[in-house]
Amino acid sequence: MSVIYMLITISIIVAIFFLYAFIRAVKSGQYDDDYTPSVRMLFDDELRKETNKNQIQITEEKQL
Amino acid sequence: MDTKNCFHCGNEIIKKDEVLFDEKSFCCNGCKTVYEIFSHNDMSCYYDFQASPGATPLDIKGKYDFLDNEEIVNKLLEFQEDATAIVSLYIPHIHCSSCIWILENLQKLQSGISTSQVNFGEKKVRINFNSDKTSLKQIVEMLSSIGYEPYISLENFDEGKKKVDRTLIYKIGVAFFCFGNIMLLSFPEYFEVEEFWINQYRGFFRWLIFALSLPTFIYSASGYYVSAWKSIKSGLLNIDIPIALGIVVMFIRSTVDIVFDYGQGFFDSMCGLIFFMLLGKLFQIKTYDFLSFERDYKSYFPIAVTRVASDGSEESVQVYDIIKGDRLLIRNQELLPVDGILISPKASIDYSFVTGEAVAIEKKSGDKVFAGGKQLGKVIEMEVLFSVSNSYLTQLWSNDVFQKRVEQQHKTITDKISRYFTPALLGLSIVSFLYWVFIDVTTAFNVFTAILIVACPCALALTAPFTMGNVLRILGNRKFYLKNALVVEQLAKVDSIVFDKTGTITTNEKTAITYEGSELNSAELRLLKNVLRGSNHPLSRRLYDFIPNQEKLDTTNFEEIIGKGIFAEIEGVKVKLGSSQFLKTMTENTHKKTKVHVEFNGVYKGSYVFNNQYREGLELLFEKLSKKYNLIVLSGDNDGERKILEKMLPSNTSLVFNQKPEQKLQYIESLQKEGKNVMMIGDGLNDAGALAQSNVGISISEKVNVFSPACDGILDASQFDKIAFFMNYSKNAMKTIYMSFGLSLLYNAVGLSYAVSGNLSPIIAAIIMPLSTITIVSFVTIMTNIYARKR
Repeated sequence: MSVIYMLITISIIVAIFFLYAFIRAVKSGQYDDDYTPSVRMLFDDELRKETNKNQIQITEEKQL
Repeated sequence: MDTKNCFHCGNEIIKKDEVLFDEKSFCCNGCKTVYEIFSHNDMSCYYDFQASPGATPLDIKGKYDFLDNEEIVNKLLEFQEDATAIVSLYIPHIHCSSCIWILENLQKLQSGISTSQVNFGEKKVRINFNSDKTSLKQIVEMLSSIGYEPYISLENFDEGKKKVDRTLIYKIGVAFFCFGNIMLLSFPEYFEVEEFWINQYRGFFRWLIFALSLPTFIYSASGYYVSAWKSIKSGLLNIDIPIALGIVVMFIRSTVDIVFDYGQGFFDSMCGLIFFMLLGKLFQIKTYDFLSFERDYKSYFPIAVTRVASDGSEESVQVYDIIKGDRLLIRNQELLPVDGILISPKASIDYSFVTGEAVAIEKKSGDKVFAGGKQLGKVIEMEVLFSVSNSYLTQLWSNDVFQKRVEQQHKTITDKISRYFTPALLGLSIVSFLYWVFIDVTTAFNVFTAILIVACPCALALTAPFTMGNVLRILGNRKFYLKNALVVEQLAKVDSIVFDKTGTITTNEKTAITYEGSELNSAELRLLKNVLRGSNHPLSRRLYDFIPNQEKLDTTNFEEIIGKGIFAEIEGVKVKLGSSQFLKTMTENTHKKTKVHVEFNGVYKGSYVFNNQYREGLELLFEKLSKKYNLIVLSGDNDGERKILEKMLPSNTSLVFNQKPEQKLQYIESLQKEGKNVMMIGDGLNDAGALAQSNVGISISEKVNVFSPACDGILDASQFDKIAFFMNYSKNAMKTIYMSFGLSLLYNAVGLSYAVSGNLSPIIAAIIMPLSTITIVSFVTIMTNIYARKR
């Protein structure tokens, strides 16, 4: 059996794997909102800076 | 800088109301409180992403009491099991990255919330919370307290979880996978045909390609077969027929080719064609998720109201549960959901939602009040006359026009072309077949299929989607949001434009007030302002806002005669203001204008005139439009402003006054019967019928993400003077389409010359097809952008 059969089979399998990954990503809703994630990823640093500080307990009054 | 802007909401600060806190200035206590909440919870980097991103929290006391009602809450929740609950709330204020940040960190502000996620496009936040620790009501009140008040309406009530249709993306994914792999596998044969190495593996390659093309042929292209079949059944020839025919013929011919070893077939062209056409479809679908073009009364109505039980206790009930005889409490700014009779002594009801008129109407105890009005001022009580489905407004909505959009037999430009294209194509292929059949039967079949393959109107089918998609985007960037691509075509065909008056050619924001008569000195102004303070009449209120701030004085004597005017005494000065009859100084016959006359100690001073304020650039716009279009102004008002309008607008503009909503609709209908293509530009619900009836209904809106009636397009009010440009642009878009049709026919002619002579090889098809696609797509993109730059 020639190596060409094997190589092409592998290449198709890899391609099918990517197709499967794409379909799964679409199914999970990743393509529904294409704007918010682009902003969200910029927030991470600010959050870390804050979690280091002590959280101040919120009083019942301020929630309302 | 003289004026300072609020650190939280960015509004200008009035010196007197300025609140200083933490070395920052705020325009009111509400804004300060929100800042306090954020800084206490270490969330002040809310202000880092964008300067003054906030909104002033409004007083919502009691507004969300209905969220105590479990039945209603259950309808609103997206998911609930044990203690975990998920809710999606629509928040109109979402507009910048700060908004996303604060709303995704809600768990810091309220314990019980586990996560929250923002969808910016839809302006929605999805909150997961623990229903044991917190409740929906608490969350909503917390959101309102930080200026992010969610909008909950009757529409949310029956709304289930929406199913998102992602089929097109799957189809494109599959088509691209097949197209890419087939292209790679086809290359060896393209480059070298008769080599030992290739000959050895030819069979393997070809059958693999065949197998790979199946998913595209069966799944991705399925939409075209269905559409073609439907159009054959209904006897209309649309563009999908030649497309489906081309795809099927391509597949069969290619299969035959590899079975009998004639050649490698056209599988790569077929998959590429399907892929590009699906891509065009995707490009054409530009949706504005945060806008809704299909609103009905449900999205305006409250979900619940307060009912006063017979023992005097108050409870929240669903709007649908209201029955005749119930007593309802309506708070400030709440909408009346049903028709009824007023029980409270006085109410002032703003029907702008129904009529477009911004002036509140005074009602007395025992008066009939109609659904759709908004109570301004104190809490009122009313008795219900009909259930929700029987009220005047809902009946107006059940008018046929609202039920289903009049099926306008509109043929798209592509379908129109294909009416000639399809028969011509079939004719040509049959003629060439008959010609070749006498020479060589095999070639005859080859030629026949080659024509259908090469003429498959790929470029033709791509032209419109790419042009329209691009036009939609460009218009969207200029704050003119269209429902879909079809609207562009209809826009280009319009020959009559109907404008609503109030709210459309005039602004809603403020009506200009001018003063006529002998000038008032500051002491007199002070007296006037103090007299007005005691009055609740809508005109008094507007006048009160108009006169600059004055110090407070005590009124010794105050009497308001309803429908006439006010008599008051302050510091020994007798002040009389009101209608001309009331003052008995008939200086002129001025019934047509809204005026408030002023008199001090029996001496007539003059009058305040309430003018409608026209939008900027109105005259210029009408002048431009009047050259090409038939212009009509329809108004629900009396003809008080006929003179001003006649002077301002071109002479060929028709002015029609005193039109009720139904009459507006009929007026449009009669224009259409004359064969006119009518565009209606309106705002309030009173125009909803006319908007639905017209060929193109454009609703104009001061704040785009607030509400507008069902329509084909939403125009931001600031872009009002650009209407002429938009109209012209839509025409240029159609011109672009015609030009690129010409271009794609040129490609077809070249391809056909190969096909007719029997020389179409797979490699030529594989070159012509993507080449034509790329030229067309880049041509229309460049053209639409060039036209957009022209003013």
